[in-house]
Amino acid sequence: MSKRFPGVHALREVDFELRAGEVHALVGENGAGKSTLIKVATGVYRPDSGELRYLGQPASFARPLDAQLAGISTIYQEVNLIPLMSVARNLFLNREPRRFGLVDGARMRREATEILRDYGVGVNVTRPLRSLGLGAQQMVAIARAVQIDARVVVMDEPTSSLEQREVETLFEVVDRLRSAGIGIVYVSHRLDELYRICDRVTVLRDGRVVQVSAMADVDRLELVSLMLGRNAADVRRHGTTAFGTQHAAREGADATPVLRAQGLSARHRIHDVSLQVHRGEVVGLGGLLGAGRSETAKAVVGALHTESGTVEVAGTPVRRNSTPAAIRAGAVMLPEDRKSEGIIPNLSVRENIVLAALPRISRAGLVDRAKQDEIVRYFIDRLRIRASSPEQKVSELSGGNQQKVMLARWLCLNPKVLLLDEPTRGIDVGAKAEVQGVIDELAADGLAVVLISSDLEELIEGSDRVVVLKDGVQVGELTGADVTEPALLAALAAAPSAAPGQAPAQPERPPPAPEAGA
Amino acid sequence: MTTEASPRGVGFDRDRITHLLADYGVYAAIVVLVAVNTALAPHFLSVDNLRVQLFQAVPVLLVALGMALVIGTEGIDLSVGAVIALASALIPLYLGYGPWPAIGMAVLGGIASGLVGGSLVAFARVQPIVATLALMIGLRGFAVILNGATAKPVNDPTILALGLQSWLGLPAMAWLAAVAVAFVAFLVRRTTFGRQLTAIGDNRPASALAGLPVRRVLLTVYLISGVLAAFAGVLIVGHGGYADPANYGLDYELAAITAVVVGGTPLSGGKVRVLGTAAGALFMQLIEATLIQHNVKSSYEQMVEAVIIVAAVYAARGRAAR
Repeated sequence: MSKRFPGVHALREVDFELRAGEVHALVGENGAGKSTLIKVATGVYRPDSGELRYLGQPASFARPLDAQLAGISTIYQEVNLIPLMSVARNLFLNREPRRFGLVDGARMRREATEILRDYGVGVNVTRPLRSLGLGAQQMVAIARAVQIDARVVVMDEPTSSLEQREVETLFEVVDRLRSAGIGIVYVSHRLDELYRICDRVTVLRDGRVVQVSAMADVDRLELVSLMLGRNAADVRRHGTTAFGTQHAAREGADATPVLRAQGLSARHRIHDVSLQVHRGEVVGLGGLLGAGRSETAKAVVGALHTESGTVEVAGTPVRRNSTPAAIRAGAVMLPEDRKSEGIIPNLSVRENIVLAALPRISRAGLVDRAKQDEIVRYFIDRLRIRASSPEQKVSELSGGNQQKVMLARWLCLNPKVLLLDEPTRGIDVGAKAEVQGVIDELAADGLAVVLISSDLEELIEGSDRVVVLKDGVQVGELTGADVTEPALLAALAAAPSAAPGQAPAQPERPPPAPEAGA
Repeated sequence: MTTEASPRGVGFDRDRITHLLADYGVYAAIVVLVAVNTALAPHFLSVDNLRVQLFQAVPVLLVALGMALVIGTEGIDLSVGAVIALASALIPLYLGYGPWPAIGMAVLGGIASGLVGGSLVAFARVQPIVATLALMIGLRGFAVILNGATAKPVNDPTILALGLQSWLGLPAMAWLAAVAVAFVAFLVRRTTFGRQLTAIGDNRPASALAGLPVRRVLLTVYLISGVLAAFAGVLIVGHGGYADPANYGLDYELAAITAVVVGGTPLSGGKVRVLGTAAGALFMQLIEATLIQHNVKSSYEQMVEAVIIVAAVYAARGRAAR
């Protein structure tokens, strides 16, 4: 199989070839053309020039559906299923088993249960999809893609919302697909995964192919430097994350912590979690998916209803369960789900940045445009936000730039405590380094930072201290020289499971409210 | 990067045309309609006729302005017609204290209705369509009880003047409507309230996490809608010289929604087109007038309106699909 299409706006003379039975990594920064390439291959866009060959034949897909019918399935970053329908319905959507022209519900449920068991998902298939964890939802999406007799499966960041166990299951599935002769395009920013399962790799940069080779022939640093267009030696000197080693600027331990949260409890989510962060300190929250990390952050800023506990910012108690109160006190949170909880998609970059600060930079309820422009210009420069103008719609920006807009929204409030929930998830390597660099700078300037990241390297290198959570309970803390990957894994492994009487195993993120559904 | 996000190339021109249609179609349609009418019947542009049109369009326009704000928050307010009825019932009841206290009471009725509807939506988290549907049914019943089943004449010169008098050649109520349009446009574009309203309509969970006063904004939006509907009720009483809660304001909620939609405000929230809404109200009135003038039966007229609504939503959909 070969696909050629030189000359698309975002792609210049890109050749990409996927063989049957291989797992082909497609990597590059955001904006490198990965998404465009995928969209051309799956019939969303048509190439301006060049040709697309599928199974040896020239092919042209007018619509995504044509590509699907031909056997090209895509699993997007955000799960693309129908939240309120049952799991079984979602799995068989549009190709339900029929009897007498009616949907054969019993058979559908039976088959769905069997299929999903293969993917390590043991759930009641009559439950609505949204009641499942994100990981399980993604598995349903993958199962669905494979079920439609796919010859090519495109996976766009499939593991970004999976926990380790589910990732393992996914890899098994990938292996099975490979042996069945299915070609897989695997897009991911996680190097570990690429080396683990991919056979070959194509590196894109600025719409051009800069490298095609067997995965084993290119080492990690080389790969990163190819993606960034930087010198490998340079990358080696600075490490793969942009964090400095220590933030140090910590005052004596007896000084009042900037953030002191005590005994936070929210039913079924977190139990008696306490957290202290000092000036200039980055405290990491460690734990697996569902451990209550996001919930803790949300509880601190009043976005998750807590039954008990206190939060103090710089020694002043903050009213519980009120986001505006927490923000006024100086505690702000960058939410995990940028798309549904972060950006206001149809508003401009400018309006997204000043959103939270509006009342502060307005007089008598009237917006002050000059002041806004000043703030927006400052942050666009400082965070190097790449937008065609401050008036560009924020939804048109790449993930990394959207994340910087979100950071700017909070930074222009001059917060005392910044809680970051997966600040670099789903953004490209370059933006990731920039965001990490900003976090470092902020801590050096005396901001208290709480960092949540499922990227262990980022968590370890970015944090001065790591509080380990498991099943909504605090189970350990790593300080000083103990902040290492083995120590964190040991803490997670050794941690006793939650006391009976609590119900853990809730999804890390609550199911989206109906009103948020698109 | 923008290069990744924009599927330029295929069908770009058609996209652009749909955008232009959605954004400026109403204004173009008004121009066309006026031109056609003037060609067919020269007296169409006469001052008298224009005044008649304005008298008809203004109450719907006022109600539509409030409706546009509510729709901007991804809500809907079905109670506006009933608020008109309530306002008309309150006027004869308090006219004994003089015209201004009576008008004040009518507006207070609108405020009360908005507070109830807004509280149901903002605090009790009832879906807007349900909350305001309940109000729509309940308030009309209440208004008829207040007034009795028969229409009461209203002879107060101040109130009648609001509905009938002209200032500088235009109906007084047209001036009031112009002020209302300017006020709401200013509210949406230049105040923190307006920007927060837009953000909440576009992405409510994100707005809440950004610390916006979501509930306060929602409550205020329904309150404004109630007040504008009550004003419309006062003008209708002044124009008709009667208070008739059983018949006033019927189907106004639908006329208002039509004006908002035809004006290019998406029902999905996050965007409010104030001038478009005003143009939408005028346009629907012109259509009606045109068809009546040419002796088209009202049943046909309704069908034409249906086609226009579908066309407007279709044009707006082209934009939303991007």
